[in-house]
Amino acid sequence: MIEFDGVGHRYGDRVVLADVTLRLPQKRVAFVGANGSGKSTLARTINGLVLPTSGRVLVDGVDTARRGAQVRRRVGFVFTDPDSQIVMPTAGEDVAFSLRRAGLSRAERARRAGEVLAEHGLAGYADHPAHQLSGGQKQLLALCGMLALDPDVLVCDEPTTLLDLRNKRRFVDLLAGLRQQVVLVTHDLDLLDGFERVVVVDGGRVVADDEPAPALRHYRALAG
Amino acid sequence: MNPLGLYEPGTGPLHRAAAGPKLVGVMVVVTLAVVLGEPAALAVLCAVVAVGYAVAWVPPRRVWRLLRTALPLLALIFAVQALLLGPLPATTATLRLAVAIGVATLFTLTTRVDAVVTAVERGLRPLRRFGVRPERVGLLVGLTVAAVGTLAGIAAEVRAAARARGAERSVVAFAAPFLVRTLRHADRLGEALTARGWGDEPDEPGVSAARRG
Repeated sequence: MIEFDGVGHRYGDRVVLADVTLRLPQKRVAFVGANGSGKSTLARTINGLVLPTSGRVLVDGVDTARRGAQVRRRVGFVFTDPDSQIVMPTAGEDVAFSLRRAGLSRAERARRAGEVLAEHGLAGYADHPAHQLSGGQKQLLALCGMLALDPDVLVCDEPTTLLDLRNKRRFVDLLAGLRQQVVLVTHDLDLLDGFERVVVVDGGRVVADDEPAPALRHYRALAG
Repeated sequence: MNPLGLYEPGTGPLHRAAAGPKLVGVMVVVTLAVVLGEPAALAVLCAVVAVGYAVAWVPPRRVWRLLRTALPLLALIFAVQALLLGPLPATTATLRLAVAIGVATLFTLTTRVDAVVTAVERGLRPLRRFGVRPERVGLLVGLTVAAVGTLAGIAAEVRAAARARGAERSVVAFAAPFLVRTLRHADRLGEALTARGWGDEPDEPGVSAARRG
């Protein structure tokens, strides 16, 4: 369960989030909004990448500002651009990098990394240079890097923006099959089948919060 | 793609050797190259490194790409040194550099970064009592190696963009976007590391990498 309690955030004088109060028990939640609406900032408060300047965010009752490390162990985060998320030269090493702090031996880490890659359509790529993978494969690798840690929540910030239609569908199908609670920030409205709840953010505020169909009607009306 | 310093999967004896001793071996060879002043001795050292490539079964196309990058650089250095200091010092300096580049590249070709990081962490563990954090130094080494590839990639893209606008000779058209993209990459990398739990000591208040969306 993710709870936003009167969350506000500003950069200097610029207000990016104002008075957001939400309780998200659903397994599949999407944040939708225009560029600069504050939806990415809102998503970043879930794992404490952004600490709100007012209010608080709780993940399963744990405050992101007080127990950031504990929250990040439960919350995985996938960014838009996998290139900035992939830190090791080969796919296997990158996934193993996530497991470094799990206290596993190097051989154990490599084995586990290979398994995670194989489970998500990257079997045989463990020794492949990570930056020579296709865009779709890179985003899968970024996802594997997070899933290796087996979080309870997965926040994805426009993960499909750089992907072609086929890879988009593949990525979203993969998300659909996960046991994790998924919070998806997106512009791709046609990828929201199977989502239980859509939160529309505009000007740093929640302007609609509903099932996908009515929420998206509202969003389309906003876009004019 | 960067021809230097990328792991080449393989099963030869150098691939199987532990990263720690290999790293020590690299240091020994480089130290010898600095200490030895005789071109003949340096040439022998060069030959030893070359034998290393054969033993490691590095594919010829990798060796070729490596030579294509390194030889012009070495030729340039030889020319400049020969002009300024004379042929003998130039030969010594160039051979030294060839040994150093050759042995360091052989190391990265046959050693996974993950293994290097682990070896550094293990090697520095005794220094923990002096306040050194081995896992941080290990991460630094790993990220440094990864950064070579990333920066080369950004540079290539920025150059292509400058060319598309017909500004390939402009320093500003290269430097400004290169700097901006590098800094932005650093920002995002920081966020990604934080999201993966790096920088989290057992429960201190979270570090904020404030960004808007």
